[in-house]
Amino acid sequence: MEATGRRRAPLWRRIVGSDNVAGWSLAGPAIFMMALFSIYPVVWSVILSLERKNLLTGETQWVGWANYKALANDAIFKTALWNSAKYTALFVPISIVAGIFVAVAVNRKLRLMAFYRLAVFVTLAISTISTAIMFMWLADPDYGLINAFLHALHLPEQGFLRDTNEALYVIVAMTVWGWLGFVVIIYLAALQGIPQELIEAAQIDGASRWGTFRNVTLPLLGPATFFLVVWLTINALHLFDEIYLTTKGGPLYSTTVLVYYLFVQAFQNFAAGYGAAMAYVLFGIILVISIIEFMVGKRLVHYSA
Amino acid sequence: MSEQIALKPAKAMAPKTAHRRRRWLPFDRWHLFLFPFALVMLFPMLWMLVTSIETISEARRFPPVMIPEGIHWVNYPNALKRGAFGTYFLNTFIVTMATVIGNLVFCSLAGYAFARIKFFGREVVFMLMLATLMIPYQVTIIPEFLIVKWLGTHISPQIGIDSLGALIVPGLVQVFGIFLLRQFFRTLPIELEEAARIDGASRLGILFKIVLPLSLPALATLGALTFLWTWNDFLWPLIAIMSPEHYTIQLGLMNFQTAHTTSWTLLMAANVMSMIPLLIVFLAAQKYFIQSVATSGLKG
Repeated sequence: MEATGRRRAPLWRRIVGSDNVAGWSLAGPAIFMMALFSIYPVVWSVILSLERKNLLTGETQWVGWANYKALANDAIFKTALWNSAKYTALFVPISIVAGIFVAVAVNRKLRLMAFYRLAVFVTLAISTISTAIMFMWLADPDYGLINAFLHALHLPEQGFLRDTNEALYVIVAMTVWGWLGFVVIIYLAALQGIPQELIEAAQIDGASRWGTFRNVTLPLLGPATFFLVVWLTINALHLFDEIYLTTKGGPLYSTTVLVYYLFVQAFQNFAAGYGAAMAYVLFGIILVISIIEFMVGKRLVHYSA
Repeated sequence: MSEQIALKPAKAMAPKTAHRRRRWLPFDRWHLFLFPFALVMLFPMLWMLVTSIETISEARRFPPVMIPEGIHWVNYPNALKRGAFGTYFLNTFIVTMATVIGNLVFCSLAGYAFARIKFFGREVVFMLMLATLMIPYQVTIIPEFLIVKWLGTHISPQIGIDSLGALIVPGLVQVFGIFLLRQFFRTLPIELEEAARIDGASRLGILFKIVLPLSLPALATLGALTFLWTWNDFLWPLIAIMSPEHYTIQLGLMNFQTAHTTSWTLLMAANVMSMIPLLIVFLAAQKYFIQSVATSGLKG
């Protein structure tokens, strides 16, 4: 305290008022909770992944790298890796392209715009479970609306979620629908951050609308696109709810993705150690992909001053 | 306006490309895309609503019945009878409210400390917390289950596995919330707080009388997002809860779906009911939802 002329505060007041005590007593409860439920589990997971542990009985045995070795030879795990890769490779680009297009469309002053925007944004408030149920009904092979349309158009009816070749694509469709509101909001915010003078300058220079979009708007959406690619990739690799509700990984493992398989091993077979090892492999994959995305992003994305 | 420009086309050279196009529609061309698109986005929900007021034979008729003959409201009470949705709602409401309040309180306190008080270890702890944001939930979920199980046997069954406490306690504080509020508090003019300190106000007094009243938008954002995440959470309740009397609405819906796979009308009625509270919150706080997703998304 630099105020020397002032009467000194009572001792308890100085202790309670000191920055260390005040800081730790305000932040302490939160720090304790974070330590218990975020930091400690991360460390414990490393140890778990080197053990064979029954989740329910708690029986534990040190096995070293055995879990990781077993994963390398696990055919279902490889299928899950492949399915997750396929899902991510579809979900992320489709969401990005659709998101840009829709954001450009709703970024203008038109009648009914409040309605259009609401139609997109409302998906933010709908749970993954509700989304999955709605799409299951639409894509029901027997009574669903989509098959009724196909039938009316004299096209072959499809099995959708019951078909090994189609189930994953139905999942892609429902998750793109569910995430579109989020993607559009991010792009809309980015579009509205673009200075209008830049667009006008390009048009005065004789650029066409498409040219302006291609050469001015799109590069300025770089940072938003970069963020979305990273964020959507991470979330795509976390896909679980929709799978659990609709297909339970089937038919014939065609929708068994990483987190679903992790769930089965850890919480249905109670192989906590094996699950933890899988979680770390997943973390490694996410880390590597994110680093690659950051490196590519550094080259491609230009941040305006 | 368009006629005026059409009268002198030759003079307007490059800049006004937009206005040179002839208007062949009585409305903007973007409506041609936007209107059908909005219908496609809303369609799954509309179809759910229609199905929820049909009889089961109407729902299974071919070709599909677009406009049911009468409104078959009875699906709603029937769904309520077959699944204990009242209980699920109450559980979800308790869990969500406790989590929202917990986050508002703990994240405010911690966010203020991280923003304004230079305490020992502040930077290290803050970096450590930010680092946990990058670790996927799945890495922590197995130990989290074991921790909650331990809490249940050693501290109190009220916070152990298969209790509502298990759904509340691990989510009471989120790093995201601390970070969001810290960032917001730092944008407030510090002079107000300094003046209050000179007048002898305590840290808590400053936080509650000056900082928090100025931070209502950030608090609303945190509250709205926490509400949304908690209400819709599925994986953790699925793991932590076994008995139906502790089900949340998402678990109840999942269970109802498993039990009534082919009773689409009941299932849709249940689905509609499960969505209503959140849609109300969303419509009421739409501005905050959208702002917060836009800002926290890009700058977070």
